[in-house]
Amino acid sequence: MNIVVPIKLVPDLVEELEINDEETDLDRDFLSFRINEFCDHALEEALSLKEAHGGTVAVIAIEREETDKVLYTALAKGADRAVKVTGVDEAASSHEAAKAMCQVIGGMEYDLVLTGVQAADDRDGQMGVLIASYLDLPHVSVVSDVEVKGDLIAVHKEYAGGVMAAFEVAPKAVLGIQAARQTPRYAPVSRVRQIMKEAELEEVEAEDGGVTSGSTVRRMYTPEKGEGAEMLDGSAEEVAEKIAAILNERKG
Amino acid sequence: MGNDVLVVAEHLKGEFTDVTFELLGKGRELADATGGSLTAAVLGSSVDASALGAADKVVGVDHASLAEFNPETHLAALVEVVGHVDPRVTLVANTSMGMDLAAGLSVRRNAPLVAYALDVKVEDGSVVATSQLYGGKIYAESVLDGDSGIVSVLAGSFPADAGRKDGAPAVENVPAPASLDGARVKFTGLVEPEGGDVDITQHDVLVCAGRGIQSDENLPVIEELAGALGGAVCASRPIVDNKWLPKTRQVGKSGLTVKPKVYVALGVSGAPEHLEGMKDAELIIAVNTDETAPIFEVAHYGTTEDLFDLVPALTAKLK
Repeated sequence: MNIVVPIKLVPDLVEELEINDEETDLDRDFLSFRINEFCDHALEEALSLKEAHGGTVAVIAIEREETDKVLYTALAKGADRAVKVTGVDEAASSHEAAKAMCQVIGGMEYDLVLTGVQAADDRDGQMGVLIASYLDLPHVSVVSDVEVKGDLIAVHKEYAGGVMAAFEVAPKAVLGIQAARQTPRYAPVSRVRQIMKEAELEEVEAEDGGVTSGSTVRRMYTPEKGEGAEMLDGSAEEVAEKIAAILNERKG
Repeated sequence: MGNDVLVVAEHLKGEFTDVTFELLGKGRELADATGGSLTAAVLGSSVDASALGAADKVVGVDHASLAEFNPETHLAALVEVVGHVDPRVTLVANTSMGMDLAAGLSVRRNAPLVAYALDVKVEDGSVVATSQLYGGKIYAESVLDGDSGIVSVLAGSFPADAGRKDGAPAVENVPAPASLDGARVKFTGLVEPEGGDVDITQHDVLVCAGRGIQSDENLPVIEELAGALGGAVCASRPIVDNKWLPKTRQVGKSGLTVKPKVYVALGVSGAPEHLEGMKDAELIIAVNTDETAPIFEVAHYGTTEDLFDLVPALTAKLK
């Protein structure tokens, strides 16, 4: 089972996000990036499939400030190849990123592409489904369980309320991973440092994919912060009435 | 053509999902405001569309391979419907099913897609959608290029009631694409959650039991409220430490992070470790007799009413 994991780096949401003067994008001067948490799960699922069934895991990421570290970390965790894609704009849309990833994936031998189901910045759609569409591959997203069943891959796709749909798909296929079966593994810093000395990242320069998001951000802003709870007063009966009304309005 | 709006109707276990009606309500508003018509796309097998009265008509594909949602067949069928209707805007839910459709449709139709939308409107002929990005920290208003676009809308953004109208609209079926017979993805069954192992991260409504419930003997009262709301019971750390509820129900730093649409916190003080796990819930209602409890900082509505008086009264009103 040869698996490709296109990794998205996203701004670290723990830090404060600033918006540029034009109010059309984040102020990218001081952003720090990290691996999208769902991509970390996709990588984990890929590595556990490799451990169980053999094969290889290749990771791909578009060049950002922290890409080398993310790719070396993936190698330290057990990935076999790491490819850095250069020449893609900082503010590239999901469509553009997916197209750039496809340029690399297209030249690889693989059975599965595992992506994170979504990312904090995919304003124009989730990258995994876009990759599948550009490569004309079947896809299932919001997947939490991947199992090899003979020639087929059996997956569970999560719906609301804990209900899941079971699918079988014949490789090649793209799966958008919601959660790996186990918590993403940790690579000790010493191991990452060692890999940085031993391994080299492959580099591919992306060509213009000829696609755009098809939309323009005219205004980006921070939503208003609440000023604490609106307190509901009255008897238990009256307060219950008010809460019921709020809940009913919400539920529609 | 023109200003027509297409809503992708989502169905599971023989029923249209709530978000379908949210989209129909919004779609009706957009169509009426721009002089267009509203069409519902129904992809299925012998689906009863009589609940879709908010739409002017239904355009569907009827095929055995569409009986249950399948990312491959439903996308292929949707591409046909969109080609036939040629709408100004297609509204898809940004749900598990919708995520398998919207981006694929964007590529197949070479049409712009704006995802994670909380709002969508038409301004001077342009479709404008507001997305919730970066974990809800940032909103972005996007103007869609061209004269045909797709917006995938977060569930819970619009009232569903606006889209609930009985009255069977005229149904027109377009031919099923040949690819449906040779789909590479096969649906093999639905898996229901196992009783006793509730995944609280998957629930839209959570009722959280905190230290203020005082005893596990009071849990049934909390469970009744959760039942009336169609939600699940979760807990703050003390409840789990006391073994009143399993660890799988714990919300917070050492438990699970949840982002339900509704979070009712009962007797929860709101320690930072707890807030970290639930502060992004869309609607938080807190009940705590201590008016200085930090939970009120993140709650949208609060009350200092005694939960043992309030909860039974609330449950009765919701039933």
